[in-house]
Amino acid sequence: MKCKDVVKELADYLDEALDPTLRMSIEEHLGNCKDCRVVVDTTKQTIDIFCNSEPAPLSEPTRERLHQALIKRLRRRP
Amino acid sequence: MSSPKLDPVPSHALPSQVVKADEPILVAQAKAGDVSAFETLVNRYERKIFRLTQNITQNREDAEDAMQEAFLKAYEHLGEFEGNSRFYTWLVRIAVNQALMKLRRRRPNVVSLDDEIDTGEDIIPREVEDWGPSPIERYEQTELSEILSKVISELDPAFRIVFQLRDIEQLSTEETAEALRLSVPAVKSRLLRGRLKLRQKLNQYFRQGAKL
Ligand SMILES: [Zn+2]
Repeated sequence: MKCKDVVKELADYLDEALDPTLRMSIEEHLGNCKDCRVVVDTTKQTIDIFCNSEPAPLSEPTRERLHQALIKRLRRRP
Repeated sequence: MSSPKLDPVPSHALPSQVVKADEPILVAQAKAGDVSAFETLVNRYERKIFRLTQNITQNREDAEDAMQEAFLKAYEHLGEFEGNSRFYTWLVRIAVNQALMKLRRRRPNVVSLDDEIDTGEDIIPREVEDWGPSPIERYEQTELSEILSKVISELDPAFRIVFQLRDIEQLSTEETAEALRLSVPAVKSRLLRGRLKLRQKLNQYFRQGAKL
């Protein structure tokens, strides 16, 4: 297995969606290749950083407009 | 009003872990005409839906309109929601449609999610540097939010939107494919590229020594 093969399977590897044989050959490669280890680790961190990021609160005017639009609509039954 | 953002969400959480247990009850109440139950759902998801429409449209006004339309549409079609998917996933799908319509209207030539993308060798990362321990702690919360929205805005829509649904909204690959009317392999290849590009872009902020 070469570095580019690891990259190709990276998404499925991180999602734990690979069959065990392929996963094992990736892990074997990772054991011997620092570059790939760093790529796997920093890609995983990238996902975690975005996945754990909190959405900012709506600005007051935006929130006000949303709730006004809803109130107007909710007065009628669906 | 409690807010879902305060819940500790484990990294790589499964979708079901993100959903609060009372969601089906609130949905049932809203379906039965309980306006305040629907408002609770809106309060719970407005930030996430706005971030979603913002990241897709990259335009504040469009994002706000798409968010409003999504909630109004959800309310109007609540009777059609059958509860075999999560309410949030259903809501996301509506919001994605509204946002994509805005995006396509504004940039009709740029946006084709299902264009062939080449899967050549250029996905191989070139800069490979370790980030060291807890790289995000080097930034203030607001600074971090700005970095994240900046780097994601620089991605091509095809990668940005797949990454948004799959890794930020935590939809499954299949749910993402369905929401975007893409094949599962197409979602996977866009996801891989989106992740690698974001990694590359974050590298300048998070590599060791990037910030004193
Ligand atoms: Zn390697």
